Amino acid sequence: MQANSSDFILQTTDLVKEFKGFTAVSDVNLNVQRGHIHALIGPNGAGKTTVFNLLTKFLQPTRGKIAFNGKDITRMQPAEIARLGIIRSFQISAVFPHLTVLENVRVALQRKENHSMHFWRSDKILNSLNDRAHELLESVGLGEFANTVTTDLAYGRKRALEIATTLALDPELMLLDEPTQGMGHEDVGRTADLIRKVSKNRTILMVEHNLQVVSKLADRITVLQRGAILTEGDYDTVSQDPQVREAYMGTEAPQEASA
Amino acid sequence: MSKVNRNLIIAIALLAIAPFVLYPVFLAKVLCFALFALAFNLLLGYAGILSFGHAAFLGTGGYITGWAMLNTGMSTELAILLGTAAGAALGAIYGKLAIKREGIYFAMITLALAQLTFFLYLQAPFTGGENGMQGIPRGELFGFIDLTNNLTMYYVVALIFLFGYAVVSRAIHSPFGQVLKAIRENEPRAISLGYDVNKYKWVAFVISAALSALAGSTKTIVFQLASLTDVHWHMSGEVILMTLVGGVGTLMGPIVGASLIVTMQNYLSTGEMGNYIHIIMGFVFVICVLSFRNGIVGQWNKFKAKNF
Ligand SMILES: Nc1ncnc2c1ncn2[C@@H]1O[C@H](COP(=O)(O)OP(=O)(O)O)[C@@H](O)[C@H]1O
Ligand SMILES: [Mg+2]
Repeated sequence: MQANSSDFILQTTDLVKEFKGFTAVSDVNLNVQRGHIHALIGPNGAGKTTVFNLLTKFLQPTRGKIAFNGKDITRMQPAEIARLGIIRSFQISAVFPHLTVLENVRVALQRKENHSMHFWRSDKILNSLNDRAHELLESVGLGEFANTVTTDLAYGRKRALEIATTLALDPELMLLDEPTQGMGHEDVGRTADLIRKVSKNRTILMVEHNLQVVSKLADRITVLQRGAILTEGDYDTVSQDPQVREAYMGTEAPQEASA
Repeated sequence: MSKVNRNLIIAIALLAIAPFVLYPVFLAKVLCFALFALAFNLLLGYAGILSFGHAAFLGTGGYITGWAMLNTGMSTELAILLGTAAGAALGAIYGKLAIKREGIYFAMITLALAQLTFFLYLQAPFTGGENGMQGIPRGELFGFIDLTNNLTMYYVVALIFLFGYAVVSRAIHSPFGQVLKAIRENEPRAISLGYDVNKYKWVAFVISAALSALAGSTKTIVFQLASLTDVHWHMSGEVILMTLVGGVGTLMGPIVGASLIVTMQNYLSTGEMGNYIHIIMGFVFVICVLSFRNGIVGQWNKFKAKNF
């Protein structure tokens, strides 16, 4: 923990979120190091998604501070956060169901162009983004589905599309909320490989339940329980921690884990 | 020739010969409401926003154009332009106030603002209150095309309608329209990609308000009348009805819906069924919504996709 603060791309200070008296996130101090794949784990209801919502401003924190690259972003709007270079995915599949797979990625690519307000121009100019969109789709194994209407895609593929859409904005910090959830065994492996591949030159903060994926990918792990940080460290440290074994991984006390 | 071009030529041909089969003023009325519904559907169908106050814009177009024709001596096209601009300006303000809210709250605020507008026009000295603004001259287009002839009037309305259709069609098939669809499909996702969704919704709202006002202005010229009917909340409901019956989120739907509803009103209101018109329209609505949720055009598109 002796790293210089400029090594941290994202830092939260005593972050708190209360819902009508119920504390979902409690004094969380999260430090995400630049270039890391940082995993956020913990039992259901621990507050992981809520932390993501706070970081991306979909929820306002009750107390505390969030800094991105040393800059205070606590009071910013969600779209501003995205334009700073923090792009998230959602736990529940977030695609544009009635657009084609290609259009899904293109909507993301379009954001950095300056014609998105132009209601008087033909959408044919968007075709100039097709090559890049195809590349992104190939990178997640969806090349052949480019013209499929997204709603017809299998669940695992929708999640892959989400990653491609997120990548389209080339985010400095990528937040992935359970990217492998609901996937078959093969898709999980492929997605994990993909995440490793795209982690070059960027930082990834991910919520992940599959511990195999976590052990394979994560440089650092933060364990959340009942809204508070239980422990932190690399996989070996965390998996040895008796509290963690009991609360999360272990079979010794599953009742307590889901409490 | 591409399919789009062919359809366009057929549509223009139909518009050109229609007044030789049907009464031009009736057709002009249909086109005014079709334009109104098209404008409304830009919001509901392509941005996923339900406004329950669009009568405010239709009525504003009518009153401002009527006032200009009665009081300023400007030529007809300028009066229509002024009415449209007034609707756009009102839309800009109402849009700013309403768009921060979502779903049913948005609908409620638009309704409240439209009611406010209704009472303003009821009280304002220039609107003629309950009696409305009557005897508005049609005037001359560009100062030399006399509009008193119903056939000429009809063709002018047809051109205005085509212009409005072109605007909506282009907006839908533009980079802007693509973002709008993304917002309709998944707003949080659009936000998380960095789009200021409220800005996009606001622009759509202003375009929709402007075209609604254009429809109102044109209607006022055709009927030489602006009245409280056009700002009444019934009118806001009617345009929803037209859009849903015809098919929300399709370009043709609002046109079909408006034609159907206006035709029904016209035939029913003269006969002895006149007293039951709202009940009958209510029935039509319920039947449409229950039996084909995608509206007439939506259902037709589905049928075509399956069978051809
Ligand atoms: N908008 C909300 N209003 C009230 N309670 C919420 C809200 N969002 C989450 N919670 C509660 O906060 C707790 C943490 O939820 P969440 O962050 O989704 O957990 P996780 O993602 O770790 O499974 C849960 O008890 C959940 O019910
Ligand atoms: Mg969660």
